[in-house]
Amino acid sequence: MRQFTQLHGRAVVLPVPNVDTDQIIPARYLKATTKTGLGAGLFAGWRYRADGSPDPAFLLNRPEAEGAEVLVAGDNFGCGSSREHAVWALLDQGFRAVLAPRFADIFRNNAAKNGLLTVELDRDTWQEMVQRLEAQPDAPVSIDLERERLGFAGGPEVSFSLDPFARHCLLTGLDPLAYLLAQEAQLDAYEAAHPPRVDTLAAEGEAR
Amino acid sequence: MTAPRTLFDKIWDHHLVSAPSEPGMPATLYVDLHLLHEVTSPQAFAEIEERGLAVRRPRQCLATMDHSTPTDPGMNLVRLAGRDAAGAAQLTRLAENCARHGIPLLPLGDARQGIVHVIGPELGVTQPGMTIVCGDSHTSTHGAFGALAFGIGTSEVAHVLATQCLLQNRPLTYEIAVDGRLPAGVTAKDLILTVIGELGIDGGTGAVFEYRGEAVAALDMEERMTVCNMSIEGGARAGLIAPDETTFRYLAGRPGAPRGESWDAAVEAWRRLPTDAGAAFDRSVRFDGSSFAPRITFGTNPGQSIAVDGTIPDPSAFDEQVRIGVEKSLRYMDLEAGRPLLGHKIDVVFLGSCTNSRLSDLRAAAAVLAGRRVAPGVRMLVVPGSEPVRRQAEAEGLARVFTEAGAEWRQAGCSMCLAMNGDRLEPGQYAVSTSNRNFEGRQGPGGRTFLASPLTAAASAVAGAIADPREMMA
Repeated sequence: MRQFTQLHGRAVVLPVPNVDTDQIIPARYLKATTKTGLGAGLFAGWRYRADGSPDPAFLLNRPEAEGAEVLVAGDNFGCGSSREHAVWALLDQGFRAVLAPRFADIFRNNAAKNGLLTVELDRDTWQEMVQRLEAQPDAPVSIDLERERLGFAGGPEVSFSLDPFARHCLLTGLDPLAYLLAQEAQLDAYEAAHPPRVDTLAAEGEAR
Repeated sequence: MTAPRTLFDKIWDHHLVSAPSEPGMPATLYVDLHLLHEVTSPQAFAEIEERGLAVRRPRQCLATMDHSTPTDPGMNLVRLAGRDAAGAAQLTRLAENCARHGIPLLPLGDARQGIVHVIGPELGVTQPGMTIVCGDSHTSTHGAFGALAFGIGTSEVAHVLATQCLLQNRPLTYEIAVDGRLPAGVTAKDLILTVIGELGIDGGTGAVFEYRGEAVAALDMEERMTVCNMSIEGGARAGLIAPDETTFRYLAGRPGAPRGESWDAAVEAWRRLPTDAGAAFDRSVRFDGSSFAPRITFGTNPGQSIAVDGTIPDPSAFDEQVRIGVEKSLRYMDLEAGRPLLGHKIDVVFLGSCTNSRLSDLRAAAAVLAGRRVAPGVRMLVVPGSEPVRRQAEAEGLARVFTEAGAEWRQAGCSMCLAMNGDRLEPGQYAVSTSNRNFEGRQGPGGRTFLASPLTAAASAVAGAIADPREMMA
């Protein structure tokens, strides 16, 4: 998995509450069978006009958004569908971290599996960050995951805290599937003690 | 004696392959049943194949095609390839992956194909006390059987394919009690829209809901599925309802259900699942179901709803974050605060989706439509949740009621719920939909969705405008 230790870059601010995964990437972009190239569908409903041309008013189409690695989003970001394509689209666009007051559970889990950092900020810090970055869009943002510190627009650093396992995986690049596979002995023991509850092949055959 | 436990606690404890090694680390949870579909699985199969891993328990997996499948009568994979090459390629990929790994698949054209959350219960492979996952957030549907069921991302689909396990942090458990009896014309859909409207779309973040109370116990299995289905729209990854005689009656004799002595033993075990008296929830919320009314959304998330005969709320009545959201919703919907929704003209009615596409949903809508016509200029799409539902509805004469009323009768699939299979709204159109999400563009770019029950949808189809179903019920 992609490691994350530090980031020094710029942010774009989208302080809208309840941005659902259909906004992050609409279902019509989900016919992909790979994880790449999904950035083209990122925020497609807001980013493109009806004729398919980029809407210059939308923040991702503005020059200052070029090269931004941090997205400052609103409350309950990523609610709705479980599509991991939402995370892949953000990464494909170049984002490495999303900061918001709170994330929806499945989005946060999906982000953690792909090296996309999600940081939950207390309401006051978030509000201040939004105000400062809206006033000064090219202000620098720095994130230090080891120390769990965030700095923006030259102000004093603030601390944040991440789920310990997600932090460990990000810092070390530990792959959660490898972590699971290492539990083979416990899994064998569990299965030996708990016979399967269903046989989908038999059920499917019988329903034929 | 052990401490009293909730239904959730019992399922969680039983499925622990390993407890957290230290605080803050995840538990390893065993998965009894893994459901798959074409959209969220191809990258997962690629992931395990790149690592040289096998599917650990293919006979605990079941796949179907539903999201990208067209619902036009007579459509199949060959004809789809000419119209939607990417969709057809995705379906073909699923078929190849399932064949290579020995996973049972109900493909497009199969007599048992349907929406993943309709076919699991229908086949009887969804059972009380199980853990069930799928790369789809509406996996919460299966909680209606007292199973811990939740949606996962594609990385986790790969984890389950390879290990039949998931790394999970223990969620909180909220009690959602609905007392009393629902009034006539008020359905399970109205119940869950009301609950989400009160708690907010993030009210359940980090939690599992257990629905209880007289109004919930009185629901049949299909109604319970509607309620649990929309748990995710309240932010809760899973919703649970304790198994009871209603559950056992539904499951008895289904292809995947235990037989003979195994059935008796299973029922005995299932009877021990309900939450013990005195067990603690992290939060409890009570509602009076007898005060509920038919409910409809006015905004662009499922938490923004009102009684069908109510008025659109004034954004300034809310705190800032909610106000921003409501203002944005009303702009997108082109609706005005303080006005009623009753009588608002509509273009499309969609009856279908994993929320409301089962036989009882079709029967309810057909009862309203019988002897009536869909209003001129309104397109009504009726999409059964599975091919068995379609055949049964045809045998019962429901399909004829729909077609005689002027509605389109389709093949099974997700259809217009998410607009990735050819069925979609045109920009600016208004639809009353029995699906679960009214997000901007969800049913097609620029489309505007009012979520409601099958009764409200049918009544609105007849009126050509948002209508109160209680006025059309004999």
